[in-house]
Amino acid sequence: MAPGGTRRSGYSRRAQYNLFTGYIIAGVGALIGAVLLALSFFQPTFFGGPRSAAQDAATPATETVATVRTGSKSLWDSVRGYYRAGSKNAELKREMELARIRLKEAEAVRQENKRLKGLLDLQDQERKPVAVARLIGSTSASTRRFAYLGAGERDGVRVGMPVRSPRGVVGRILETGRDSSRVLLLTDSESVLPVRRAGDEVVAFAEGRGDSLLRIKLINLGINPLKPGDMFVTSGAGGYYPPGIAVAIVTELTDDGGLARIVSDPAATDFVAIEPIFEPDGAQGATTPIEEELGD
Amino acid sequence: MERMEPRARSDAYGSRINRSHSPLVANIVPWLSILLGSLLPVFPIAAALPMVPPLGFLMLLGWRLVRPGLLPVWAGFPLGLFDDLFSGQPFGFAILFWSATLLAIEFVEMRLPWRAFWQDWFTAGILVAAYILGGWMLSGATPTLPSFVALVPQLVFSILVFPIIARFIARLDRLRLRRWKRV
Repeated sequence: MAPGGTRRSGYSRRAQYNLFTGYIIAGVGALIGAVLLALSFFQPTFFGGPRSAAQDAATPATETVATVRTGSKSLWDSVRGYYRAGSKNAELKREMELARIRLKEAEAVRQENKRLKGLLDLQDQERKPVAVARLIGSTSASTRRFAYLGAGERDGVRVGMPVRSPRGVVGRILETGRDSSRVLLLTDSESVLPVRRAGDEVVAFAEGRGDSLLRIKLINLGINPLKPGDMFVTSGAGGYYPPGIAVAIVTELTDDGGLARIVSDPAATDFVAIEPIFEPDGAQGATTPIEEELGD
Repeated sequence: MERMEPRARSDAYGSRINRSHSPLVANIVPWLSILLGSLLPVFPIAAALPMVPPLGFLMLLGWRLVRPGLLPVWAGFPLGLFDDLFSGQPFGFAILFWSATLLAIEFVEMRLPWRAFWQDWFTAGILVAAYILGGWMLSGATPTLPSFVALVPQLVFSILVFPIIARFIARLDRLRLRRWKRV
């Protein structure tokens, strides 16, 4: 469609001024945008307040949609369960029997663990999640991988707390509002997580690549000991995440480690648990610059 | 007596007798639809890739290109401000890019006042590609090659979805100018 006549101001002073002012405001708006952008590069948390307030305001809608989403997903799962139900049932029964035996064995191991820890005077306190909530949204149009969570400061959620699903690590709290908070997902390209291979002490960093895979960067370089299919769990270093939570499975090898796929896909989880920071002192130490000394 | 054609006194916007446009609807529909477009990408959970096209930006382009002269040149500032609250990009990104986009379209329009739809599509395609690539470079994270490759589906989808959005906006425009009010 051709532009209307409003852009040709003609001889009308008023129309000319209006047009001119419009351009000025647009130019100034762009300039303000550039300044704000520069500001948020140097202080990423500077605009956290308005952002989380806006997210809080949208929470009723996003929460409802999240409820419907998880509901429809479970419906689909139960419909799919009918496909080849008989053979699947038999197979599951067989697996179940084996799992029961393994469970009993695990119980025995746990008992022994407890006894040995008692001998060594190690204390294991129960770790209770701070809150359990739904993932209510994500920044699906942006390059960054953030998710929004339906629990905020009122539920005791604080910045830095790990977020996990029953399957494994989902991410870490980045910003909190009153009733919602923002999670940095593992797949984001700014996310780094200290991990180790399940079963031995091969330590590495799992970095998000921004394309759904994690890059496993081994700390000790040498002969690459990884194999596709290796499971990586959190090592507990850094102090944010408790050790031993599943993170990713290696799918491809590279020179300095491998590429891995995350175990816990946030899109497939209903509820996630927000846990307290594993070692708050350690986490504080990790964020303090080397030049500064840690007080006691 | 021969009956009159019942639709003889109405046009695409409804009956012309005893009815008039609602100024509130006529003014609010473009702004509201762009705000909703900014909000919509929040709902899906995309953990792997950016999958959803930047709907707010596409709606802005659509309104600007399908109905020139409706949105003022400075509309990028307030609308971009709202988009920044939800998009996940660093704050200020949308304010800057949306304002610059409206100025750029104004410039294009000065050169080419009469355009066909495919020319508008071309303009929108270039602008949305610039927007997505700009978002990749100024996302606050270090731009890496894998995250660039991960952009491609979103980019292609955003360009292909523009005609649908333009049709949708044409529908909204008819809704906007519908004669609701009884006089």
